[in-house]
Amino acid sequence: MISIATTQLWVHDQDEALKYWTEKVGFEVRSDVTVPEMGSFRWLAVGPPGQPDVAIALMAIPGPPMIDAATDDQLRDLVGKGLAGTVFLTTDDFWESYTAMKDRGVEFVGEPEQQMYGIDVGFRDPSGNNVRMANLNADFGR
Amino acid sequence: MPVPPSRHLLRAKDLADGRYADPLTVADLAAAARLSPAHFSREFRRAFGESPHQYLLTRRLERAASLLRSTDWSVARICVSVGLSSVGSFTVSFGRMFGMPPTAYRAAHPPAAEVARVPACVVRVYTRPQVRTFREDAARPFAVDWGEPTTRGTTRERRGAPA
Repeated sequence: MISIATTQLWVHDQDEALKYWTEKVGFEVRSDVTVPEMGSFRWLAVGPPGQPDVAIALMAIPGPPMIDAATDDQLRDLVGKGLAGTVFLTTDDFWESYTAMKDRGVEFVGEPEQQMYGIDVGFRDPSGNNVRMANLNADFGR
Repeated sequence: MPVPPSRHLLRAKDLADGRYADPLTVADLAAAARLSPAHFSREFRRAFGESPHQYLLTRRLERAASLLRSTDWSVARICVSVGLSSVGSFTVSFGRMFGMPPTAYRAAHPPAAEVARVPACVVRVYTRPQVRTFREDAARPFAVDWGEPTTRGTTRERRGAPA
């Protein structure tokens, strides 16, 4: 059996991302290790408290010499434009999760909307990454 | 590392996407990006390929098209609920972007939800009409062709649209 263990988001600032994903979204730190022999690469991963086997690595956009300067600029721009990917979250209690996150300072894009698959709202992390949070109907086919 | 300028422009795009139902102006969008309106419009176009005014209008028309597909609301109610005040100019803009009047669009497009459970945020991106400035421009209502819905007959019957 294959499972998804960790997925990854590019972030502009790992300290800012860590603060946002833990203090505002409410995730916990899974790993925060800096490796001096790898140019101080920092493996930073967070995940939802109720799901210990899945994490999101918050990876710094590496810059030269790992990627060339032109590509680095393109990647920064794409992340800033919100085009570097989306995380789809689900919650078993939408309004509890929504209210708690809002109280902690998550700025949602628009209001929650009832869709045919459930209720759904979106927000962005400080880097611009798109995150959706929904409570899916019981009969929603994945 | 500092965030790139595009991150601030994205705040304006998000404001248009999230609060299209409010009487938003380009000045409001510029404020969200923390730029002067003239500078903002230029930078927004550079980043996203169209003016903020066009982006806000096509977002509103995309939402209106979605409501035409999924509700039985009147055209006037849909117009107001997407942040537009004039039904006349709404109908003209809608016809220009989608190539047919709102009522004809409703009759021709059963809800995509009947055939595919696509997240709402995806629908918003893929059904936003492309800007058409001139009436002579070829109608290209969608970035993507949804194909023929397999439940079309059933959906049309349920909505009471003419066969």
